[in-house]
Amino acid sequence: MAIRTDERVPLARQLVRAVPFPAGAGMARMLVERNFRSFRRTWSIIVSGFFEPVFFLFAMGVGIGAMVGDIDLGDGRTVPYGVFVAPALLASSAMNGAVFDSTTNVFFKLKYAKLYDSVLATPLGPRDVAVGEIGWALLRGLAYSGAFLAVAAAAGTVRSWWALAAVPAATLIGWAFASVGMASATYMRTWADFDWIQLAIMPMFLFSATFFPLTTYPDVLQWVVQATPLYHGVAMTRELMLGEITTAMAGHVAYLVAMGLVGTVWTAGRVERLLLR
Amino acid sequence: MKWGDVRTGEYLLPVLDAPLILARGLVKTFGDFVAVDGIDVEVRRGESFGFLGPNGAGKSSTMRMIGCVSPPSGGTLQVLGMDPATDGPRIRARLGVVPQRDSLDEELTVEENLWVYGRYFGLPRHVVRERARQLLEFAQLTDRADSVVEPLSGGMKRRLTIARGLVNEPEILLLDEPTTGLDPQARHVLWDRLFRLKREGVTLVLTTHYMDEAEQLCDRLVVMDRGRIVAEGSPRELIARHSTREVLELRFDADDHAQHLAGVDGIADRVEVLADRLLLYVRDGEAAHSEVVRRGLEPLSALVRRSTLEDVFLHLTGRSLVD
Repeated sequence: MAIRTDERVPLARQLVRAVPFPAGAGMARMLVERNFRSFRRTWSIIVSGFFEPVFFLFAMGVGIGAMVGDIDLGDGRTVPYGVFVAPALLASSAMNGAVFDSTTNVFFKLKYAKLYDSVLATPLGPRDVAVGEIGWALLRGLAYSGAFLAVAAAAGTVRSWWALAAVPAATLIGWAFASVGMASATYMRTWADFDWIQLAIMPMFLFSATFFPLTTYPDVLQWVVQATPLYHGVAMTRELMLGEITTAMAGHVAYLVAMGLVGTVWTAGRVERLLLR
Repeated sequence: MKWGDVRTGEYLLPVLDAPLILARGLVKTFGDFVAVDGIDVEVRRGESFGFLGPNGAGKSSTMRMIGCVSPPSGGTLQVLGMDPATDGPRIRARLGVVPQRDSLDEELTVEENLWVYGRYFGLPRHVVRERARQLLEFAQLTDRADSVVEPLSGGMKRRLTIARGLVNEPEILLLDEPTTGLDPQARHVLWDRLFRLKREGVTLVLTTHYMDEAEQLCDRLVVMDRGRIVAEGSPRELIARHSTREVLELRFDADDHAQHLAGVDGIADRVEVLADRLLLYVRDGEAAHSEVVRRGLEPLSALVRRSTLEDVFLHLTGRSLVD
């Protein structure tokens, strides 16, 4: 596709126009506001999203860590097991939270509450629905990861001020997973279909170099692991929390940004096809 | 704009006269199924316009196209002078929509439903708050403002949905089957609210399969059947054009009422045979009844009534509105 350059329009906006992205009114924040109102009455759910990784941190990092001792990072350096596993728990809780929010919540609103039918009767378009819902999942994720980081620091598993950057990093992971998750939710026919999502999430949670280093795997499997999105999320978060930034970081970020973009455009397209018939 | 301005005067009149909704040869298909089959519609400012027809006539599909949430498959459509394909958000900003199924936000309170919906239109918070207060009064729900939506009665939910559709002070209010599923009392309350809106100059566009509703609410309507428009006019015009002044309904003790056709031959302009009765279309119902008695026919019951839109529909399509 040829992109006509127009001096008066910023490049970013020209790129956005070139992408086949369904219409919106730029008012996605109104949907976020709606979700916030509704959330004030159901805040207890969010609390569980915080406790899950914290429980894991103490069970794995502190409990099992005491038996495992130090762990080899693969480049000769060793760190206590808790320090190794905390970034992975942050990354995977960002994934879990984002997927939960963007699949079950969105499926319910789409199929049963018919929320988007009434939203689309206003100036808001499918793009606003996609951006608004994904954005909301990210805001919740931001709260989770900030709180988790504080607990991880208190537990002595944080080694560097770079760890603060792990919060936005977790948000990036959340975006990648929330956007693809929401797109998948639009294909769901019944609640039983959600088992497929669990089937994708569970192995990633266990095997994306979360609980043991990548070098544990034989070469071939290392390639498989490195192809999964959570691996990049874990690796990115781990570099930040250990305070050792390498060039691999650019690859991790690029992978997740690409996934987030594809997922967001995909979701908006699906909302348009399902509801604007 | 200044009223004294000659140029404005020239421009303004045609603009005010231009139809708010203009459809020419409008078509909607879903795969092989043709839901709307080339209809022409013109709705003018301030009028109350209805689509009357049975379920599946294509009314809701038409409403969704007008509401800019369903792209037309063919023909042209203009709403508020704009093209839904390119100006959807701008058009929707000036429409109020009351869908067939209440789609209230069950996770929010009654009042929050109005606030949040107003925010979708980009209205500032203080405006939304003020309008919510007025609309709660309009919908007679002020004392339920803080209640969640779920326990409300059907009539209350419907009124709240209408109030929600008014939050952006729309120029056109689209109502899809506004009173379906409500009890008679709730319907009358709702009609009363809609009359008030009409008096305030809101253009109403509604679909219904109740002929009494169409007669009550519509200045002008089109009768739809199988995706096509089969007649157009005011309720009174339609009755005058397609029916007689009165109808004599005769019920006989018979499995097939067609066997009594010969007996009433010549009494009426036209006779319709229904499963449980004969409808005799006549100018003077009492006179026709006397003739029936004089001929020695013995119906179980005889009833004289005015013609309604139901009779118009029956005449035009050979079928009843409500099966």
